[in-house]
Amino acid sequence: MSKEELLTRISEIQFVCVELNLYIDTHPDDTAALDDYYAYSVMLEDLIKKYEALYGPLMGFGHSPTREGSWVCSCWPFE
Amino acid sequence: MWIYQKKLQFPVNIKNPDLKMAKMLMAQYGGPDSELAAGCRYLTQRFSMPDDRIRATLNDIGTEEIAHWEMIGVMIMQSMRGASLTELENAGLLGYYTLHNHGVFPSDPNGVPFTTSYIQCTGDPITDITFDLAAEQGARATYEHLMNLTDNEEYIAPLRFLRAREVVHYQRFGECLNILKELYPNGDQNRTSRY
Repeated sequence: MSKEELLTRISEIQFVCVELNLYIDTHPDDTAALDDYYAYSVMLEDLIKKYEALYGPLMGFGHSPTREGSWVCSCWPFE
Repeated sequence: MWIYQKKLQFPVNIKNPDLKMAKMLMAQYGGPDSELAAGCRYLTQRFSMPDDRIRATLNDIGTEEIAHWEMIGVMIMQSMRGASLTELENAGLLGYYTLHNHGVFPSDPNGVPFTTSYIQCTGDPITDITFDLAAEQGARATYEHLMNLTDNEEYIAPLRFLRAREVVHYQRFGECLNILKELYPNGDQNRTSRY
């Protein structure tokens, strides 16, 4: 997967996680939704780790342990 | 606490800028039903909410709104990029240029600056959530108006995404209102010995 493809995949899986998170906020006992949320969260974590190992950190404040790339010098999303 | 992620929630890539859209998009950047107003409103209201589910909903939707505010800011910035004074004048943005140049300032399309009076917070949970339901509908309507103003898919795709999010948020706030009605079946959420 190219950098762009990997970032798109992260956004897609993250979108599923946002949707499930908001749903679970008002349905905290829905076990099927909780199972899905767990499965997609693991998938998202895996994709982000893969991206950050190749292209550098997506998050600051210690949430992106990687020696690749640079937080400061990577592109901002508005560039 | 919040952690920034150096990416947009949904891609914005405007290669054929439309200055008139830059001006109209300010409705959602600094207007009464803007993403900024929504984010501040929900993140503020959560402090006085009596139920875990509603606190979580306000926290998480409030957080998502800030990501939407960023998308609108990027759309405005990319729409104004490289514009000449004549082009700005033709789009009715000369007054904006005088005050802000190419800065992205939270005001509405008529130049009215953002104000905290857009942030409804009565501390009455039913009143606050009812306001949020109306605000989500207001933002959905504004997105539909914005989508009617352009045929450019570079604008329409992110606007379509943002419009759909308002619909989902409205759904979640509707569930929050039902939770509150179960908690306070007699509408006595403010009841004191005074009345």
